[in-house]
Amino acid sequence: MLQMNNEEIRKAADFFTHEIAKLAGDKSFRLMEVCGTHTVAIFKAGIRQLLPENVQLVSGPGCPVCVTPNEYLDTAIAFSRKSDVMIATFGDMLKVPGSSSTLAAEKAQGADIRIVYSSLEGLELAKRYPDKKVIFLAVGFETTAPTAAAAILMAEAEKVANFYVLSSHKLVPPALRALLSSGDSKVHGFLLPGHVSAMIGLTPYEFLSKEYNTPAVVAGFEPLDILQSVYMLLRQLDCGVAKVENQYRRIVPKEGNPAACEVLSTVYQAADAQWRGIGHLKNSGLVMREKYQKFDALLNIPVTVEETKEAKGCQCGSVLRGLMLPTSCPLFGKTCKPEHPVGSCMVSIEGTCAAWYKYGAGRWQV
Amino acid sequence: MCLAVPGKVLERQDMLATIEVGGVTRKVSLMLLPETQVGDFVLIHAGFAVQRIDEEEAEKTLALFKELEQYAANE
Ligand code: SF4
Repeated sequence: MLQMNNEEIRKAADFFTHEIAKLAGDKSFRLMEVCGTHTVAIFKAGIRQLLPENVQLVSGPGCPVCVTPNEYLDTAIAFSRKSDVMIATFGDMLKVPGSSSTLAAEKAQGADIRIVYSSLEGLELAKRYPDKKVIFLAVGFETTAPTAAAAILMAEAEKVANFYVLSSHKLVPPALRALLSSGDSKVHGFLLPGHVSAMIGLTPYEFLSKEYNTPAVVAGFEPLDILQSVYMLLRQLDCGVAKVENQYRRIVPKEGNPAACEVLSTVYQAADAQWRGIGHLKNSGLVMREKYQKFDALLNIPVTVEETKEAKGCQCGSVLRGLMLPTSCPLFGKTCKPEHPVGSCMVSIEGTCAAWYKYGAGRWQV
Repeated sequence: MCLAVPGKVLERQDMLATIEVGGVTRKVSLMLLPETQVGDFVLIHAGFAVQRIDEEEAEKTLALFKELEQYAANE
C-alpha cells in the first residue's frame, strides 16, 4: 500500500532509529510485541539489531497455535481416530504435539485429516461428504474467530447437519490484562496486533492505559510500521503519558469491524479458557451460544480423550509471558527443533521459539 | 495464521467476491464486510474480506514519513 522507494524507506528508518536511541537515553525499556506475525516481521527485518541494547523487544502470547493447550490437541486427535469423523484444520496445527501424538502422526496412520485455508472449506467438505462428521478445528484470536462464526451461521442457514466446530478461540485483551495483573511481566509498553485490532478496534485496549498506565500502539507489519510504533511507545514513555495510539490507521479504524464483531457475538460468548503454559484466564475464550451448540463437536460427538501430560522441561509458559527468551530454554535447538518440536512455540513459524531458531542464528546470546 | 493480505475487488455476486491478490484471483466471502464494493481494496484473512483499506489514509501515512524525513534532513 505504502509506495516509498528504497531511499525514502532508508531515511525514514534512520530517523526512527535515531529518535528511538535519543528518547531511550540510558534507561532500559522492555516492549512486548503481542502478535506472532510481528515476531516474524521483527526478525526478518533485523529490527532488534537496529534498536539500542537498552530497548528490548519480547514476544507475547499472540501465536494462536502456541497458546492452544495440549488438552485441545488430545481431543482433536481422539476425534480423528473415529472412523466416521473427518478433521478439517489449518496446516499449522498438524505438527503441534499433544500429550502422546500429533495430528500429522494420526494422518500418517490413516486418519482422515484435511488441510483447509478457510472455515468455509470445512463447510464445503461437510457438504461433499454427508456420511462423515466433519470437525473444523477453530483456533485463533479475534481475527480468525469471526470466520469460524460465519461458517456456523452458513451451516445453520443451509441446514448442514454434519458440520461441527471444535473451538479453542482466544481473546487478546484478557491475556494482556492477565500479564499485567500478574505483576511479573515488567513490560513497559505493548505493540498491539494489527489484524486483531482491524476487527475489534481500539476501545477494548483502553484498560491498558487507564488501569495499568501502560502505553500501547496498534502496529502494522512493515519494518517501518514497527520502527514507528516503537518510536511512538518511547515518546509516550518519555512524556510520562499512557494511551492507546494507532500507527496502523490505513487498515485499523477506531471502531474495528462492526459486522465481524456482530457475527462473532451472534454465535459466541466469552468464557474462561485455558492457555498453554499460562493457565486458566477469566473471560479469555469463546464458547457457542445455546442456539448454535448443535455445531459444537464436544457437545455432540462422544469421545474418550487420554489424560493430558505436559512435555517435560518445555518453558513455553515463560516464553509466552515474555519472561524468558527461547534460547534460555535448555531444550532449545537440542531436543526441540522445528522438525521435532517439544513445545508448541517451536511449531508454527509464528511461534517465538521457531522464529528464534530460524532467524536468530548467531544472535542467540542476545 | 493471523496474517491478512490485501487485494482488489474485481467482481461481486451476492456475498461472494472475486478478488485479485498479487496477480492471482480468488473467491472470498463478504459476510464479514458486507458493504464491500467493486474497486475496493480489502484485507483478506482465511477466505474472508475483513477490512476495507483506506487508500487516503495510506497516503497520509506516506506524507507523515516524508515529513519525518525532512525533519531528519534538517537536523
Ligand atoms: S525451545 Fe521448545 S521446549 Fe523450549 S520453550 Fe520453546 S518450544 Fe518449549
